[in-house]
Amino acid sequence: MSASSVFSPRRVGAMVLRHIYLFRGSWPRAFEIVYWPILTMVLWGFTSQFLVTNSSWVARAGGVLIYAVLLWEVLFRGQLGVAFSFLEEMWSRNLGHLFVSPLRPYEWVLSLLAMSFIRVTLGIVPAALLAIPLYHYSIFTLGLPLIGFFTLLLAMGWAVGLAIIALILRQGLGAENLAWVAVFVLSPISGIYYPIAILPHWMQWIAWCFPTAYVFEGMRAVLFQNEVRLDYLLEALALDVVYIAIGSAILLWSFRRARRTGALLQMGE
Amino acid sequence: MSEPVIEVTGLTKRFEETLAVDHIDFAIGRGVTAALLGGNGAGKTTTISMLLGLLLPSEGSVRVLGADMQRDRYRVLPRMNFSSPYVELPHRLTVRENLRVYGALYGVRGVRGRIAALARDLQLTEFLDRKTGNLSAGQKTRVALAKALINEPELLLLDEPTVSLDPDTGDWVRGYLETYRARTGCTILLASHNMGEVERLCSEVFMMRKGRIVDRGSPEALIDRYGRDTLEEVFLDIARGRPRAAAAQ
Repeated sequence: MSASSVFSPRRVGAMVLRHIYLFRGSWPRAFEIVYWPILTMVLWGFTSQFLVTNSSWVARAGGVLIYAVLLWEVLFRGQLGVAFSFLEEMWSRNLGHLFVSPLRPYEWVLSLLAMSFIRVTLGIVPAALLAIPLYHYSIFTLGLPLIGFFTLLLAMGWAVGLAIIALILRQGLGAENLAWVAVFVLSPISGIYYPIAILPHWMQWIAWCFPTAYVFEGMRAVLFQNEVRLDYLLEALALDVVYIAIGSAILLWSFRRARRTGALLQMGE
Repeated sequence: MSEPVIEVTGLTKRFEETLAVDHIDFAIGRGVTAALLGGNGAGKTTTISMLLGLLLPSEGSVRVLGADMQRDRYRVLPRMNFSSPYVELPHRLTVRENLRVYGALYGVRGVRGRIAALARDLQLTEFLDRKTGNLSAGQKTRVALAKALINEPELLLLDEPTVSLDPDTGDWVRGYLETYRARTGCTILLASHNMGEVERLCSEVFMMRKGRIVDRGSPEALIDRYGRDTLEEVFLDIARGRPRAAAAQ
């Protein structure tokens, strides 16, 4: 394959390898991937055990809270995986080298998404498996829809992550804290722990504009009504496509702007 | 001259109110080592960034190895490379890991062999498995040079290649670059304000001041033209805005 080919899996692989090397050489980074999902699962596991005997709603589907928190972690970690893989390049002042190499921007973005998938899988799967012996709740009982929920939330996390990268490219490292907090703006309107119906009417309108509401309502439909809401999955998919398109467009605009202002050379700690 | 490796026409870069590069024109032929020489803020790094396509010009055009760098840079990026003290390699990766990653990015075949050869040539073997961030300034410069040579580039752009190096290491790097150019026929453009370096390595010099090329020629020709003994004296004349005639008196 020519080194200047339009798409090179080898270049994408090289960028993934760069992050794998980083994790291999830095145990705190590797530990951080599994630490928070497991800790959150443990907290919500005990909360679930308490509420199962004190809340008739939770008692109807004992795992609802723990499954909800694990799925929320998919979104959060998915976004964090994209944004942090980018921040690693900024912290190491490596962007200039990357963007004068044959690596194309879309190959770079693909590598960020691949790293996000790896980070989410490594973070969530151990927490989900640990919940089985600890609390006797298995998220895998959601069955095939779980793959849909996982994919839809991961894709929304990517869309948010791409928008955050765009913002950091524009504002510099002063905006890096957004990588931690930005996605939480979706949490009150996503119906993670409660049905969308309890939100004020005007907030419900906003909530249904995001795929997260469909995913968490869909999860509860499986748990409480034993029903797979295909309509929710499809609507969430359509919204994901829109948000990924918006995130990619903002990132491309921001990248072009960085090439105009020289930000790719100047960025660093 | 056959088709130039670098051809710059009317190149201009404005950052809001600041005119960093002001309508410059130059061409560099194959196998030549040339320098952009000027003080801080003269526009050297900005020019190199536009040559790489990392920075979009406000006006003008850049052609590198026959490609328009605004529209078609990915066609030629595998054939060029770059090193700068202001752009670093990931500190937490070992030297070998960094070179493997960049070898794959540049599509280098037989990357292990290439790393071994570079390690031997640049005396990196003993710290190939050390983290890049733990190396001394001189060692980091040699690693950056290894990264810049990983794809055996036809065009090498070097921004201040020996800045912050002790005289011994600086001399060693300059010697290596001379040998590399002689062996491969590579074209080298360096931005520098080290006069000795430029006199030793370069056959063409573009003197920059306030974003413009104010003079050009071989180091010897420039020294003659200004009636000076060294390129450093020529540099000072230009930096202080003394015209040629006055400078020669």
